[in-house]
Amino acid sequence: MPDIQSKLPKPVEKTPEGAEHKQHSIVPRSSVSGSTLTLVVAIMAFLASLTLGAVWTVNDTAKSWQNDVSREITIQVRPVNGVNLDAALISARQIAGSFAGVLSVSVVDNDAMEALLEPWLGGGLNLAELPVPRLVSVTIDETNPPDMVAMAAQLKATVAGASLDNHRAWIERLTTMARTTILTGLLIFVLMMVATVLTVVFATRGAMAGSKHIIEVLHFVGAEQSYIATQFQKHFLFLGLKGALAGGVVAILFFLFIGWWASGDPADPASNQVEALFGTFGIGVGGYLSILLLIFVISVLTALTSRFTVLRHVGTLDRSSSDE
Amino acid sequence: MIRFDTVGMRYGSGEEVLKDISFDIEPGSFQFLTGPSGAGKTSLLRLLFMSLKPTRGLINVFGKDAATLTSEELPAIRRRIGIVFQDFRLLDHLTLYENVALPLRVRGYEERSYRRDVIDLLKWVGLSERIDAFPPILSGGEKQRAAVARALIDQPELLLADEPTGNLDPNLARRLLRLFIELNRSGTSVVIATHDLNLMDQYEARRLVLNDGRLQIYA
Repeated sequence: MPDIQSKLPKPVEKTPEGAEHKQHSIVPRSSVSGSTLTLVVAIMAFLASLTLGAVWTVNDTAKSWQNDVSREITIQVRPVNGVNLDAALISARQIAGSFAGVLSVSVVDNDAMEALLEPWLGGGLNLAELPVPRLVSVTIDETNPPDMVAMAAQLKATVAGASLDNHRAWIERLTTMARTTILTGLLIFVLMMVATVLTVVFATRGAMAGSKHIIEVLHFVGAEQSYIATQFQKHFLFLGLKGALAGGVVAILFFLFIGWWASGDPADPASNQVEALFGTFGIGVGGYLSILLLIFVISVLTALTSRFTVLRHVGTLDRSSSDE
Repeated sequence: MIRFDTVGMRYGSGEEVLKDISFDIEPGSFQFLTGPSGAGKTSLLRLLFMSLKPTRGLINVFGKDAATLTSEELPAIRRRIGIVFQDFRLLDHLTLYENVALPLRVRGYEERSYRRDVIDLLKWVGLSERIDAFPPILSGGEKQRAAVARALIDQPELLLADEPTGNLDPNLARRLLRLFIELNRSGTSVVIATHDLNLMDQYEARRLVLNDGRLQIYA
């Protein structure tokens, strides 16, 4: 004989007559379909949070690429016969420094140049023997940039072999690339959210299919539609919140771990490479708040789906006619 | 209280299961609704409870045309009617006490305000020892009585019962019938759908006999 008793809710504590009696919830707290719904919501919340975090990281990284490049311009001084290169570099530095909107000017020294060229030309270079152009790095105020055209003209007229590179081509390419990447990320996030919404809606409806008899009984004992809807909404808000919190918190822990790993050891080449490519790899406070918002949205979505499902079912009960 | 005027009903595009049904249910009246299986007793009860709409004809419930009732008005009307379903429709995750108290709970009453009444009613239907039991472990008869208690707890003006003695032994059936009679004497109109001739013979009351979808009334 099946053990029915063990499957029933726990008996409520007996209380003296006339005293408040702790009652079971009208919508059963635990059921297989409820657990499945929680699991589905948790998985979808995790995936949606991952997508959101990834879009956030890409967005931040793309912006930092763009900002880093546009903050700096470079003066290139090519070796010219009969011209002292060091004097030309000093002259170029002075001209650049005389413009308003320039924050700092520095000549890229021999060691730095060797380091730059080492991947292509190997170590132990003697720059004096090679016709290698030298560089002057200029940091500018983005909000109040110097007059680039005038600076380029003055450099060309005053310093032989000097030319100004404001990285415009790079900035334009990076801007295009950053916009494309962000747009792609947003598209993926939107698709992920649509998938999450549909999954949560269908999983909630599935979980509610086993509760139709409860809706009918409540309806026939005279419960208002809003009362029935509220009972289910509360229950499913709890289930949705449980699942979304689980998925969202795991995603947050994942991003915290990745952020810690990526910026863990400055001496570690792997960490440095990751940081160079992806920046700090942190999603920041805004990213974490977005995940919390996502958890809230998914929970509310679960609750509202149950509410509308109840209202629709009750409406069907009221409308049912012999012609149907 | 309730008036049917040439009501007809069919399911889908099939034949009419109820044809030109006209009758009144007066306040404080007692009637058996009977007829062979499949004669349309349950359909007629569902029309009385407004869980079905007729294909044609007029149904007037407590002075209102049932066809014009809005979904907001229906709960208030249903609270004036108690119904005992043939399949009991008890909620398995609630105790017997909670099932019986459900109509009061959904109206938002405080539990302490009705606790005494629910326990008294459960004693009256012989279930005082099963207050904290869950429906799956109850016998058919116990479920039947619990369903009756739930229908009566809010002292409805009209009680509809679909085969209420179907799962009861003759003794319990007689006891339940006495309960309905007592309820009727206190002013509640009663409609009992049954094909139990023995039960009907125990109490002289109006008989609404359904045959082939048509209704005949024997006072």
